[in-house]
Amino acid sequence: MALCLSLIPDSRQHVHRFTTNCLLRCMQFMLLFSRQGKLRLQKWYVPLSDKEKKKITRELVQTVLARKPKMCSFLEWRDLKIVYKRYASLYFCCAIEDQDNELITLEIIHRYVELLDKYFGSVCELDIIFNFEKAYFILDEFVLGGEAQETSKKNVLKAIEQADLLQEVRH
Amino acid sequence: MNKMPAVSKGDGMRGLAVFISDIRNCKSKEAEIKRINKELANIRSKFKGDKALDGYSKKKYVCKLLFIFLLGHDIDFGHMEAVNLLSSNKYTEKQIGYLFISVLVNSNSDLIRLINNAIKNDLASRNPTFMNLALHCIANVGSREMAEAFASEIPRILVAGDTMDCVKQSAALCLLRLNRTSPDLVPMGEWTARVVHLLNDQHLGVVTSATSLITTLAQKSPDNFKTSISLAIARLSRIVTSTSIDLQDYTYYFVAAPWLSVKLLRLLQCYPPPEDTALRSRLTECLETILNKAQEPPKSKKVQHSNAKNAVLFEAISLIIHHDSEPTLLVRACNQLGQFLQHRETNLRYLALESMCTLASSEFSHEAVKTHIDTVINALKTERDVSVRQRAVDLLYAMCDRSNAKQIVVEMLSYLETADYSIREEIVLKVAILAEKYAVDYTWYVDTILNLIRIAGDYVSEEVWYRVIQIVINRDDVQGYAAKTVFEALQAPACHENLVKVGGYILGEFGNLIAGDSRSSPLVQFNLLHSKFHLCSVPTQALLLSAYIKFINLFPEVKATIQEVLRSDSQLRNADVELQQRAVEYLRLSCIASTDILATVFEEMPPFPERESSILAKLKRKKGPGNLPDIDARRNVNGNTEHSEKPEPANKSSFALLADLLPTNRPRPASASPIMLSTATLGSTPPITALLNLNSPPSTGASLLVDVFPESSCLTAPEVSEENFFRFVCKNNGVIYENQLLQIGLKSEYRQNLGRIYVFYGNKTSTQFLSFTSSVTSPDSLKTQLIVHAKTVDPIIEGGAQVQQILNIECVSDFTDAPVLNVQFRYGGTLQNIAVKLPVMLNKFFQPTEMTSQDFFQRWKQLGAPQQEVQKIFKAKHPMDTDVTKAKILGFGVTLLERVDPNPENFVGAGVIHSKNSQVGCLLRLEPNTQAQMYRLTLRTSRDSVSQRLCELLSEQF
Repeated sequence: MALCLSLIPDSRQHVHRFTTNCLLRCMQFMLLFSRQGKLRLQKWYVPLSDKEKKKITRELVQTVLARKPKMCSFLEWRDLKIVYKRYASLYFCCAIEDQDNELITLEIIHRYVELLDKYFGSVCELDIIFNFEKAYFILDEFVLGGEAQETSKKNVLKAIEQADLLQEVRH
Repeated sequence: MNKMPAVSKGDGMRGLAVFISDIRNCKSKEAEIKRINKELANIRSKFKGDKALDGYSKKKYVCKLLFIFLLGHDIDFGHMEAVNLLSSNKYTEKQIGYLFISVLVNSNSDLIRLINNAIKNDLASRNPTFMNLALHCIANVGSREMAEAFASEIPRILVAGDTMDCVKQSAALCLLRLNRTSPDLVPMGEWTARVVHLLNDQHLGVVTSATSLITTLAQKSPDNFKTSISLAIARLSRIVTSTSIDLQDYTYYFVAAPWLSVKLLRLLQCYPPPEDTALRSRLTECLETILNKAQEPPKSKKVQHSNAKNAVLFEAISLIIHHDSEPTLLVRACNQLGQFLQHRETNLRYLALESMCTLASSEFSHEAVKTHIDTVINALKTERDVSVRQRAVDLLYAMCDRSNAKQIVVEMLSYLETADYSIREEIVLKVAILAEKYAVDYTWYVDTILNLIRIAGDYVSEEVWYRVIQIVINRDDVQGYAAKTVFEALQAPACHENLVKVGGYILGEFGNLIAGDSRSSPLVQFNLLHSKFHLCSVPTQALLLSAYIKFINLFPEVKATIQEVLRSDSQLRNADVELQQRAVEYLRLSCIASTDILATVFEEMPPFPERESSILAKLKRKKGPGNLPDIDARRNVNGNTEHSEKPEPANKSSFALLADLLPTNRPRPASASPIMLSTATLGSTPPITALLNLNSPPSTGASLLVDVFPESSCLTAPEVSEENFFRFVCKNNGVIYENQLLQIGLKSEYRQNLGRIYVFYGNKTSTQFLSFTSSVTSPDSLKTQLIVHAKTVDPIIEGGAQVQQILNIECVSDFTDAPVLNVQFRYGGTLQNIAVKLPVMLNKFFQPTEMTSQDFFQRWKQLGAPQQEVQKIFKAKHPMDTDVTKAKILGFGVTLLERVDPNPENFVGAGVIHSKNSQVGCLLRLEPNTQAQMYRLTLRTSRDSVSQRLCELLSEQF
């Protein structure tokens, strides 16, 4: 049974806060996890040990899943801000720094969902499970080093399609 | 049933899909682990097998390992195969290799050299797709080794004329990541100037990436990137004035390039407002346009539209707050946020509360923020989301000042009753700070803190109750009230242990002040405290025992009752060694020590030295620097806040705290310290045993001193000691004189034109002082202006004892000189002769006056005659700390008038000097210049001699 990540997001939305000594206010990491708490994608933009990553993931998944619908999409967590939003069965969750812009982060999430949706055609959680590598490639084209790299949907998809073409030609 | 995904672009790996399906079909965690182990064994054997694997198989197995890793399992092999994939000429194999490396290789891997080699080849390939894979990998891993290898190569790629746009984008963010992780390895060079010009690039994607890079670099070395200001403003201006279709695919839900706009606005926050007027007005126009757009009807009902639009708006407001220089923009921003406070979107309400917090710290918008107080209080009561309520608490804290402190404290207290446990401690700290900071009347402060303990006792940290005790001890006017109030609070059948601590301490010190009332007679007080004893923890019980021994000193009539309690088995044989020791020692002390000795040992606590509230330090630690809107530091231009309090390192604070409670300069003999008793619970080593040696010589070798003092010293009139005179200008209590034999402490109080000084003479030696006399003399000129009447004092001071003398003072007219205290006594056959200038100054007869800004300036003008004004410009002798300055001005005796002077850095005050013959109104203004470390002090009064004297006195204080 495919769960369509419809572009009309679930009304539950959220995001949280975290600590590093980096100068610039930037995204620290992005996590995708299911309503059951299963991690589907993790992208870290700050160096952390595997142990720390697991700890953060565990705590954060728990915190976000405990939030009620209609609550605000932002929350303070450790010394980071968490921005999260739920699409169908998946939670998209970004950690940004205190001074960072929450709303634009929320729209980073949305644009990423749009990209996935366009690429897979009505994306669902299973697409991301079975093609996790593609989900990573698309994210890298859109966000690099925690900063938006290319915000044009057309340009990102063009880059991905070119790469897909390349593999077909060469294979 | 799991289905296979309908779409699988590129070349799907069937084996991988089957494996993923298997995992998903596992019914239990055990089954999943079993399946994974089977797969790991299979992959291991393939990798170790004799047969060389083809690229596809290698890719498939590496991908499976990656999947297993992402499920949360450890992977300890396969790295070499992944590195091999990097050099494949097949794109998909290379891509998977890079993904594995990005996700799984930590920076100190042995493989890093091999990886770097592959990256180098791809960077040199001139194939944009390969180059991007390599750049993404560097940006994702960002290790130091990679920075060493590529930090000089990437800038070249970034600014080369023939580099494709998409590669430039990746190169810019790759460099940003390296600069962030290893800033020392990224060299500045001629490329920096060319990077700035990427802000002009035709390709908005390139501009978007480059703006982030430039912002990072500009934070590191702002001067090198100053030219980016004008380019960023020009770019921003073009975006905000564009129509929604101009930017094509960079328009997001009818908002033109929101990501780029936010980044440009953020870049501008690295700098102060532009000096160039044309540039400045262009920027102001942009900001106004953004504010105007917020009022336009939405172009779409989609939340994405309003989010993107408001993201830009909030960033613009951040810039306005950062510049803090355009009052109109600040007030507009505040009004806009005010609208959001009532918006139906929770997110916007949250952000408005958050943003207003910073706005509250600007002089220009503080008042505008305050107008929203009712909405914010309402948010506290009605918001369903704790994170929003938290923001409301922060904002109330930030907008608090003298005018609304009572209301805000009441609201916070009532919220505390139902607040989430997660934020209670923070609210307690905030209430405690506000109550102290804005207490006009300390009875309110005491009530507030006791309420805090009642409502949220568990969340009241040590700092809070230590602080209330410090304050009560330092303020004579509140001691009786505090005693009465804690006494009443302790009546509650169930009261929090923190209340017992405060109650025990305060009644032990000041229980005598309410003992006159039969309802709170000594015995009633004692029984009340003791009724709580059994329910308390050991530290509190220890504190109560100290309170009991103080009771024995204060109230001889309950001595027998208390001795009985101390003598009981539950005390004398208490299993806790500290309690047992106290019981034994206190009991013994109460039996052997004379009343005088007890009185000396348990003399009332002397005032604590004024210092930063340890609560504030705690709140700062809790919130971390930067997160706490500093209610003292109103922003100055460019948004640099001047922190008036220095953050204390966390590990030091406990010492500071202890020092708070263990003052060093106290007006009493040094050998027998009651403080040790009363605060032994706070220190780790109870120095109580020292008390039992009361009759042995004190630590200083007093007997040797006789030889040191030359015989002649007593024959001539002594030199008048003025050493500490000026220290008493802004305070009334403390040690005025001390030598090896004698310590003279003062406690003074003044009302209108009358004053009273309690002088404490402490014999520091173990030998009696004989023929002790002390009198006050005044120079002739002073005799008609100031009348001092000294009561007589006992001619003998026992070794280690202290005696008190009362001086009554009346101010007849304004004066300049000071009376002298002459002390004579015999010590070991030698006549000692000491003269001390008594700190009775004109400002002691100040009564503070409240007045409005308008009244102030009207009076100021009226006092404009040249002889009425005295001005002095002087160099700062102490660090220029706003809080200390405020405390000194208040201590000087005038009211500190807030928000009267248009320059918020300045201090203005007003008061009236009362003498029997006249009352002289006085206005003062102190202008600090932190850069020059200078002050200008101006005094205006109707009498030139008064202006002159007050100026002399106050200017010595900074």
